[in-house]
Amino acid sequence: MSDSLVIKNLTATIGERVILKDFCLTVPKGEVHAIMGPNGTGKSTLAKVLAGHPDYSVKAGSALLDGLEVLGLEPDVIARAGLFLAFQYPSEIPGVTIANFIRAAIVARQAKGTPFEAKAYYTTLYAQMDALKMDRKFTARFVNEGFSGGEKKRCEILQLMMLKPKYAVLDETDSGLDIDALRIVSEGVNAMRGPDAGFLVITHYQRLLEYIVPDRVHIMWDGRIVHSGGKELALELEAKGYEWVKTELALA
Amino acid sequence: MTDINENQAQREAIDIDRSRGDFKYEENYAFDAGVGLTPATVDYISKVKGEEEWIREFRHRSLKIFEDLPMPTHWATHDLDNIKFDKIRYYLSKGQTPSRTWEEVPDDVKATFERLGIPESERKFLAGVEAQFDSEAVYSRMKEELEKLGVLFCGPTEGLRDHPEIFRKWFGKVIPAGDNKFAALNSAVFSGGSFIYIPKGVKVAQPLQAYFRINAENFGQFERTLIIADEGSEVTYMEGCTAPKFTTATLHSAVVELVALKGAKIQYITVQNWSDNVFNLVTKRGVAEEDAEVRWIDCNIGSRLTMKYPGVVLRGKRARGEVLSIALANNGQHQDTGAKMVHAADDTTSNIIAKSISVGKGRSTYRGLVHIPKTLKNCRNNTECDALLINEHSRTDTYPAISVRGQKNSVQHEASVSKVSAEQIFYMMQRGLSEGEAMSLAVNGFVNDLVKEFPMEYSVELKRLIELQMEGSVG
Repeated sequence: MSDSLVIKNLTATIGERVILKDFCLTVPKGEVHAIMGPNGTGKSTLAKVLAGHPDYSVKAGSALLDGLEVLGLEPDVIARAGLFLAFQYPSEIPGVTIANFIRAAIVARQAKGTPFEAKAYYTTLYAQMDALKMDRKFTARFVNEGFSGGEKKRCEILQLMMLKPKYAVLDETDSGLDIDALRIVSEGVNAMRGPDAGFLVITHYQRLLEYIVPDRVHIMWDGRIVHSGGKELALELEAKGYEWVKTELALA
Repeated sequence: MTDINENQAQREAIDIDRSRGDFKYEENYAFDAGVGLTPATVDYISKVKGEEEWIREFRHRSLKIFEDLPMPTHWATHDLDNIKFDKIRYYLSKGQTPSRTWEEVPDDVKATFERLGIPESERKFLAGVEAQFDSEAVYSRMKEELEKLGVLFCGPTEGLRDHPEIFRKWFGKVIPAGDNKFAALNSAVFSGGSFIYIPKGVKVAQPLQAYFRINAENFGQFERTLIIADEGSEVTYMEGCTAPKFTTATLHSAVVELVALKGAKIQYITVQNWSDNVFNLVTKRGVAEEDAEVRWIDCNIGSRLTMKYPGVVLRGKRARGEVLSIALANNGQHQDTGAKMVHAADDTTSNIIAKSISVGKGRSTYRGLVHIPKTLKNCRNNTECDALLINEHSRTDTYPAISVRGQKNSVQHEASVSKVSAEQIFYMMQRGLSEGEAMSLAVNGFVNDLVKEFPMEYSVELKRLIELQMEGSVG
């Protein structure tokens, strides 16, 4: 499948602990898939393994991004191949402004020697910031330094909108957001939905999925997907609670 | 909007690409003092230059001091013991006076400076340029309007011969030969460098630049610079340095003396990118008279060992001294840098901001000296030392020596050590930056507030040098 993110039989560990166990999932381009599950089932690990985080080792399996095997590649190569991870806890980079950071990321995607179109860049940047209701002064702030939880998440979505990846993994983007911020961030993601982008939305709560309506919902438990369904599955899960997963789905 | 301006500024900036410093041309010298250092070496240099007797005697006295002083390894690194003074060549020149046009410069030498982008920079933003190749300047030219104003910009030989009434008074006075072993060495064998005089009230808008290039192996470069800014004048001087990568050690040991008379301002900017076989042992000091200002901007990148502590003696009331320094120590490099501020009059202020970056097995050391005696009042010093470590093998040490006495003086000292974490690097790489790009962005962020103080052409160049170092440091 050259137009999907296909994860097959993925087993990954950190230290001695096995976190992902024979994990399988396919996200076709143009679709939004949600992964839900209680804490500690491996949702964030999945995001980091896909992005090539050096702390995890892949023991088995594959992850094909439009046919390209990304497991084992350097994080920047995976990123430039088209995978974007919106971090649950984004890092601070003191002294580096948001404008310069995003510019560096765009320049890293250009062929060497291509001149950077500063004017077009700022036009786009300001338009996306307006969409996210971010003050222009934000561009001069240092990346994530002294940001509130909501500002960090908005900044992640701003980067997502500027870098236009083929696949975006949103790791608990709703955590730390109030309702207004949640709506703004969701609108940003929804504006990017289309035939050229696939989304994997990792969340603990159903709330986010009211704003970013998924095509498929997967329930993760103990390192693998134990149940999949349509968007109504999120509501069912909300109603029945994770105990239901534990007693009925995981043991099935 | 600042970002747009900054970006355009960067694109329009002058490309002095010292990344391309690692090349050399055939050596063919008319004058060669041979290998090793004896009184005969000193006589040879003095004779080639046709110096007056007092200079020759000054050189001999200095040589004696150099021989008598011990290597300062009781406080400095023992790597100094690896300098083989008897294997070094102390004077090499093609035996010609500095040309006034680039066309007259010998082709191979001209090609060197063309590759380093110097003539281009001169056309675009400099008021005057001097280019030194091994021991002597090969090119020296200043804009005519400055000459008409009485500005002097020449080498030490010409300065002491043609304008002794101006230069002799201060030569060797700010930094006497006995100041330290390497100042003595320089005083014995100095050749090349810049002697500059700015007359009263003349404000030179564009910078004067000197460019120092070592081309020969086992060579010692000992340039000597003396800048005198007369009352109420202003000047900015910039120096750049490169050398090819030889397998054997090369020595660069300069002496730089600055004199800012009443109300004058001198800004001295260094961006060095020595290759990692160079011992760079330089003494730099300025004197600031009443209401005068001396500011050192010192960027130390590259070299095997750099030891350099620019200082200001605040001799007149309300004098100001400042050192802004950035040191980047990569694998196998040791940057031992710092600043000295000696307050010698009331109401004087000094400011030191030192940032060091240690990468891989690189090591950086900060040594600071601030002296305010108790007889003075209303003196202020601010010192900030920040160190950034990239990976766990690197090392940083801080040795601040602050002696502030008296009730009416104030001092403020802050120091910090931070690290670039693996999570930060991963975050940046997830945005598509290579590991080297991620590190250089973190480093540029670390020095960002300091670099803003630099003239634009140099801040752009510094950024590029940092990128090159970081990319080279990724295994």
